[in-house]
Amino acid sequence: MLRKVVVTLLVLTCFILQCSVFIGLAFAGIIPNLMIILTSSFGFMRGEKEGLVIGFFCGLLSDIFFGGFLGFYALVLMYIGYLNGKFSRIFYPEDIKLPIALIITSDLSYGILCYCLMFLLRGRLHFSHYFTHVILPEALYTIVITIFLYPAVLWINNKLEAIEKRRAKKFV
Amino acid sequence: MSPIIKRKGERFTLPSKYLLLILTILCTGMMLVTFGTDVFNRPLNTVVGYVIVPFQRGISKMGGWLSNRSEELVQIRTLLDENARLREEIAALTEENTLLQQDKYELNRMRELVALDEQYGAYNKVGARIIGRDSGNWYSSFIIDKGEEDGLAVDMNVIAGGGLVGRVTSVGPNWARVTSIISDNVNVSAMTLSTEDNLTVSGDLKLMVDNCITFRQLVDSQNKVVEGDKVVTSDISDKYLPNILIGYINTINRDNNNLTKSGLITPAVDFEHLSEVLVITDLKQTIVEE
Repeated sequence: MLRKVVVTLLVLTCFILQCSVFIGLAFAGIIPNLMIILTSSFGFMRGEKEGLVIGFFCGLLSDIFFGGFLGFYALVLMYIGYLNGKFSRIFYPEDIKLPIALIITSDLSYGILCYCLMFLLRGRLHFSHYFTHVILPEALYTIVITIFLYPAVLWINNKLEAIEKRRAKKFV
Repeated sequence: MSPIIKRKGERFTLPSKYLLLILTILCTGMMLVTFGTDVFNRPLNTVVGYVIVPFQRGISKMGGWLSNRSEELVQIRTLLDENARLREEIAALTEENTLLQQDKYELNRMRELVALDEQYGAYNKVGARIIGRDSGNWYSSFIIDKGEEDGLAVDMNVIAGGGLVGRVTSVGPNWARVTSIISDNVNVSAMTLSTEDNLTVSGDLKLMVDNCITFRQLVDSQNKVVEGDKVVTSDISDKYLPNILIGYINTINRDNNNLTKSGLITPAVDFEHLSEVLVITDLKQTIVEE
């Protein structure tokens, strides 16, 4: 229960930050993707199920406010969360390389998927331009933010796990 | 044994692959439904309107205050220089003003002749503040702090600084989403003010950084349209009210088919520094199909 409340607050905070504060911090009109950071880090920290549920709600939020129709971003982020969850078996909290690699891969594939489904299908063929001007800068900026945000998310998750363990002990 | 069969004494949990399948079907269903109708939009828009919009409003207010303070400090130095320069300019301008006064009489007379209404004076407008921008990098839309309760509806036109910004594409009780005309998926039916030739204006992500939009399908057989011509919304558009300024023609190129022309338009609105907009609460009159 506590986990649900905390994670909901985290998702809402990140979403609000992304569409207000980070607009002011945009480099060359590019803003980082906090939703990807949250979705994939909960994916590899907690497993497939949590990853896909958090991805679904993160995406749904973007859909309601900015999507042309409901469900698109929800679907994309859900699959990203699920696939990141596959890596939870080889995840160790001390290791920063795997999270960074996973988040950058997630963001790149998110960008490429968005391009294919929203731009390529409308006949915008200059992939190299979109890749160098939107997808790659977004991924790099996201990684910079990850370095600050990921330890915070990890800390929150560890605290929650500690509290959950303590509660489970009480019942035994 | 199938993983979804409940074993005795164990809490039932749905394996993640089944949950993924269920949510995939749900998403696909929602996409199909919302593509045509807006059944889900109303309740969802209401819920997020009360959960998220108050925070966004607060943050944007605070952000505005902070950026104002920092701007003030920077500006003091430049203001002194500017003051001296402006004094010189005033002298020059007063002279110019007298000349323009004379032109104005002429313009008024011309306007009467053309019987053109004063540009958008006749429309009812509501002012709104921008409280959030698109969370992605692909399209350009933003959220304003007025909604259904203030009389807004989908398809209302939004202007700022005398030019067209976009139109309302989604409304909640206390918020609305405005999709701007520089967004890659937006086309506006427009015409040149001088020759009344129709053209299609579309946003382009590649040019968004340069603050430009493109136009296509300009049939200008007499080669009368020149760079710098005003482009306004056309009478035949079914979403946009007529004669709202979009921008000025920047470059014109003849298409390969030798019939139409395309090129770039500089929008009249500075989309980079937009904080307040006006929403025109009159909708374009359309014939309702029975």
